[in-house]
Amino acid sequence: MRRIQNITKTPEGAIGFGIIAALMLVALFAPIVSPGDPLRIAGSPLLAPFVDPAFPLGTDRLGRDVLAGIIHGTRTSLAVGIAAAIAAIAIGLCVGLAAGFAGGAVDEALMRIVDAFQIVPSFLLALAFVSVIGASVPVVVLAIALGAWADPARLTRAQVLSIRERDYVASARVIGMHPVEIAWKEILPNALPPVLALSAIIVAAAILTEAALSFLGLGDPNIVTWGSMIAEGRNVLRSSPSLSIFPGLALVITVIGVYLLSEGLTKALAGRRSEA
Amino acid sequence: MMLLDIADLSRRFSSGGRDVAALSDVSLTLAPGETLGLAGASGSGKSTLARILLRLIPADGGTIHFEGKDWLTLSGAELRRRRAKMQMVFQDILGAFNPRATVASVLDDPLRIHEIVPKAERPGEIAALLERVGLPASYATRSIREVSGGQRQRIAIARAIATRPSLIVLDEAVSALDVSIRGKILELLVELQQERGIAYLFVSHDLAVLRAVSHRIAVMQAGRLVEIGTASQVIENPQSSAARALIAAVPRLVTGLPERHYYDV
Repeated sequence: MRRIQNITKTPEGAIGFGIIAALMLVALFAPIVSPGDPLRIAGSPLLAPFVDPAFPLGTDRLGRDVLAGIIHGTRTSLAVGIAAAIAAIAIGLCVGLAAGFAGGAVDEALMRIVDAFQIVPSFLLALAFVSVIGASVPVVVLAIALGAWADPARLTRAQVLSIRERDYVASARVIGMHPVEIAWKEILPNALPPVLALSAIIVAAAILTEAALSFLGLGDPNIVTWGSMIAEGRNVLRSSPSLSIFPGLALVITVIGVYLLSEGLTKALAGRRSEA
Repeated sequence: MMLLDIADLSRRFSSGGRDVAALSDVSLTLAPGETLGLAGASGSGKSTLARILLRLIPADGGTIHFEGKDWLTLSGAELRRRRAKMQMVFQDILGAFNPRATVASVLDDPLRIHEIVPKAERPGEIAALLERVGLPASYATRSIREVSGGQRQRIAIARAIATRPSLIVLDEAVSALDVSIRGKILELLVELQQERGIAYLFVSHDLAVLRAVSHRIAVMQAGRLVEIGTASQVIENPQSSAARALIAAVPRLVTGLPERHYYDV
């Protein structure tokens, strides 16, 4: 609780936290707010927004409710974005910790693999991965994580290399603490904060990558996503621009929310450090 | 029998193609309950010696016998177990503690690792340790960030005595402290030594501090031991240029005051 208060102390943190909390609630209660399959045909096609109170944001070419699509799309965007970020951070943390601790040849080998992943543009990697294995939510998550784990791996390694030379690690060795306990209790908790601050940026990037994959038709076809809605609306962009604009706005608001939250998180962590 | 016997200890560092001898053939001994002051200017190798002694960095050559056993060949669980007998107090009063630690967790770790007292008695032992170093037992719940520099050094001393060591290496342990606090910490160290028979290897660049607590003083220069003798011998009749330079660096040093009370002045 105190941590949330720290984040919301800054205006950007408060706004970001508000946006993300609202989106989380929408995603969580999507089946209640907008019951039924959002992909079903609900009314007459191409209804303009703000005309029919039953379809506040209108309908698309097949008569599907745009608002229902956006509400259910929130689930996909947030779930894929957060799952991909967690996977990327988890892989990055493990590789970074292993490289930082082991040193020598292990460190060299791991960091060359990290280099290889950093050289390949992450979107191309995701594109290739999904088109080879096939589009489903777990594959999309993995594809995005594959392009995003290199940065947290580098950062974790740098943190471990710096912290393992601190006097408090030396004093833990002097009192006879086991190396595994030193890694777990003395080094890892102090290496984490900058990596966590990075995680918000990875979430935002993952949400955008997911939307781009769906836009190109490489998302899971059985789920409604903002990217696939924008792609769908592209065909009637001149007659009904709102079909692309509303999911686009949802995307923009989500990414801005995540960035603001990360800004607040970074400031909260920095504030805590200057207290020390 | 000697508690600590260091023979021909060497260590070289190479950086950027330059090879520097941080320690060359250093030999010295320490008796139980004795304080050996290790003096020297910055870069003379005294901290390197301390860190090799604590097995924080490896030595290139030489042997160390501690409590009669070969100390440098110990490894793994055996080394961790025997570390209880040799502890260290660091110079950096901020950096020597995990920033997330509480006073209680700092003292609990050594008690738990070496099973000094049964689990149920640990809070009592922590309170006793805090009181022994002159802090109220209520400090146990505080975060390590909430206590002042002098108090942190008392906690560092409490941590060092928790495992009931026979030797404590003090690496510039009072250099970062206020002069008024410095005297009190030195008094505490002398009390603990008389009470528990702990030997100290007291590393410092400040001869005034060493004069106050040491039985013998060793002077290092460029990785070599250039002079060793009783505290009064070295200070009143220095033989090496390094010792004379260190004495000259202490303008307020007046010899002839009663031993161990100089710091009250």
